Amino acid sequence: MATITLAGKTVEVDAEGFLVNPNDWTEEMAPVLAEKVGIYELTDRHWDVIRFMRKDFEERGQIPTIRRIKNAGGIPTKELYQLFPEGPAKKAAFIAGLGKPQGCV
Amino acid sequence: MDASNNGKLKKVSIVISKGSLEGVYPGLIMANGARMEGMEANLFFTFFGLEAIMKKRMDKIKVATVGNPAMHIPSLVGILPGMSAFATKMMLKEMDKLDIPPIPEFIEMVHDAGAHIYACKATVEMFHLSMDDFCEEVDGILNVGKFYELSAGGEIIFT
Repeated sequence: MATITLAGKTVEVDAEGFLVNPNDWTEEMAPVLAEKVGIYELTDRHWDVIRFMRKDFEERGQIPTIRRIKNAGGIPTKELYQLFPEGPAKKAAFIAGLGKPQGCV
Repeated sequence: MDASNNGKLKKVSIVISKGSLEGVYPGLIMANGARMEGMEANLFFTFFGLEAIMKKRMDKIKVATVGNPAMHIPSLVGILPGMSAFATKMMLKEMDKLDIPPIPEFIEMVHDAGAHIYACKATVEMFHLSMDDFCEEVDGILNVGKFYELSAGGEIIFT
């Protein structure tokens, strides 16, 4: 498994660059990860999504779906697609240091 | 092939032609999944598939318990009143656990995700329907020519 240095910390990543261990993640890594998926500014709304995903993952042990981000996280789907264009579930999980979502929805 | 770009599919147009639960969900999951992967997605509802976008019908879509061997319910039992509703309820419950929404919420979600939703003109005329009969997510009523025009450069999937 490859390792990379993010915000001064060396972490393990998979072939697509997703963090292998969500616990390695720090908030300082988010902007660096975001740039890798073409998001150059993280607004408060981006952070609402990232923090919800981290919290939900900690509580339930699984990466929240787009529906859960909408219903439990309060982020409308339309807005989620604007914040993380072309693949919001994957991109948000990537930036939040979670693995790649494996569900179909 | 136009639809692929570095081996990646860029666009899908999905036709939903059946009005049963098992006829509607696969197309919705595929269209939503396409958007989740950053692909362009069109949904085209035709024949009984139109029930899934009709205001008065979309929350009443049921799984077929008769003539469906994979349900493992003998057809004679399947015809009993309430069987279809019961099987549907059980199935929706399992889907909810996977965060697969009920049809009205799914239509809203897939539309919010940026998929375009269309009704088939021939069926609309045959059933004497109009835009008023459809949920607000429906972007328009299309004839087959226009459907092909919109689908240009992508893959067409019939369900």
